[in-house]
Amino acid sequence: MLELKNVSFAVPEEKGKDKEIVKDVSLKIEDGKLVVITGPNGGGKSTLAKLIMGIEKPTSGKILFNGEDITDLSVTDRAKKGISFAFQQPVKFKGLKVLDLLRIASGKKLAVGDACKYLSAVGLCARDYIDRELNSSLSGGELKRIEIAQILSRATSLSIFDEPEAGIDLWSFNNLIKVFEGMRRDVQDRSIIIISHQERILNIADEIVVIGGGKVDRKGSKEEILPTLLGSASVLNFCTGTAGEEEV
Amino acid sequence: MKFDEIQLRLLEEVAELHDVPEGAYNIRSDSQAIGRRSTDHIVITSKKDVSGIDIEIKPGTKNESVHIPVVLTKSGLKEVVYNDFYVGEDADVLIVAGCGIDNCGAGDSQHDGVHRFFLKKGAKVRYVEKHYGSGNGVGKRILNPVTEAYLDEGAEMTMEMVQIKGVDDTERKTIAKLKENAKLVVRERLMTHDNQNAVSAYEVVLDGEGSSADVVSRSVARDDSFQKFDAKIVGNAPCYGHTECDSIIMNNGKILAVPGLQANHVDASLLHEAAIGKIAGEQLVKLMTLGLTEQEAEEQIINGFLR
Repeated sequence: MLELKNVSFAVPEEKGKDKEIVKDVSLKIEDGKLVVITGPNGGGKSTLAKLIMGIEKPTSGKILFNGEDITDLSVTDRAKKGISFAFQQPVKFKGLKVLDLLRIASGKKLAVGDACKYLSAVGLCARDYIDRELNSSLSGGELKRIEIAQILSRATSLSIFDEPEAGIDLWSFNNLIKVFEGMRRDVQDRSIIIISHQERILNIADEIVVIGGGKVDRKGSKEEILPTLLGSASVLNFCTGTAGEEEV
Repeated sequence: MKFDEIQLRLLEEVAELHDVPEGAYNIRSDSQAIGRRSTDHIVITSKKDVSGIDIEIKPGTKNESVHIPVVLTKSGLKEVVYNDFYVGEDADVLIVAGCGIDNCGAGDSQHDGVHRFFLKKGAKVRYVEKHYGSGNGVGKRILNPVTEAYLDEGAEMTMEMVQIKGVDDTERKTIAKLKENAKLVVRERLMTHDNQNAVSAYEVVLDGEGSSADVVSRSVARDDSFQKFDAKIVGNAPCYGHTECDSIIMNNGKILAVPGLQANHVDASLLHEAAIGKIAGEQLVKLMTLGLTEQEAEEQIINGFLR
């Protein structure tokens, strides 16, 4: 189980003032649950995900994973403890190949056949990709699917996806949803956090957390929250005060 | 022919040899030829006036290889060696060179190899050259290779030059002249560490219509090392030339990239790219999210980059 206790995160701004991006967030992600975090752009969703992975360190508050305080642990230590993170914008590498990344991700010398399974699961013709470099020769959508394949190969107890649907428009949404459903079957009690604006992803959630202006605006079961989101003109418009800010 | 342990280790590093190679070879250790074999199509003879060998590859020779590794295991040894390759029409061969120096002593050890390649019409050569140094003596390990390639009509040459570890001082010079439709591809991989110094200079002259050159260097400069990459392409005809220098800089390393393009013909198309920078922070973080430590992540990134 993942628990955030009064987590805040601020960055220094001009004139010596701090800007708070995440404000006193408390959340529990139970084992085996698929939780979708949604809310307006610039509301602090991605920052919250990075705080859980350890890419950013909270200004105050605590993060507990399976009862252990991981607030001061490095990214590496958190990864080893069973947290994985799919980047919103996958990182490119000159020289490293898809197979290299899948091997690093799985933590073992994965056989080519096994690596291919993960690529096939995300809708890529594996043999065409296994030896490709993770560089600009791959399209945004291809990089995104390879990013998701790495998370599949890690099979950790908590997986975080930052806007997994972005850039994979051509890939049918059904497949992406099947991937998430499959993940829940493969690993018992595996928790999944997905940051998303997509109604169809919201629809497979057990719970939905709405973040706006750095705070938890509301949270609850899908049945409770989804109608309130769909009832408004747009998922993106319900929160004021943060319009026009960049995604952080 | 038997190799001692140091010879064997150096031969493994520079030529991936675990034993006497297949095909033609000439193995030189501490200024002596310790083994040589010619084949029906590839004839190796000693030069008479200077130290070195002539390698004659007969026209039409296909799928054969020549290994000419050099090892230095004695401290204080300095040598200049001239090797000339005459590659006949339509031959298609692999040439593996390379030099390994183990210096445990106080004197500098130095090997300056001058390699000249004369490729006749339609000949194809893949040339692999690895340089490696080891040993903990205060004497330097110095390698100053000169490579010259003269490509006749339609000839193609691919050079893979690798120097990853242990060479204190290197000044490499590569000169090539290409006739009609000849093609040169260079892939250089270089890593310097500690106080090492490496200069790599190219001058490629595209004389023939339809000739092309693609010179790409990837390098890593760590610790207090210095590198200079000086790539010049001259286009004297309708031709295509591309040079690229892509470098990772670490610690107190210093890198100087000097692009040089000279077009003497209106249809010469020449392009240079150079990029120097440290390892991107997001690359390190990404690999750390997969469970690697920062140091392991750095190693993976560099290994991939220099592959």
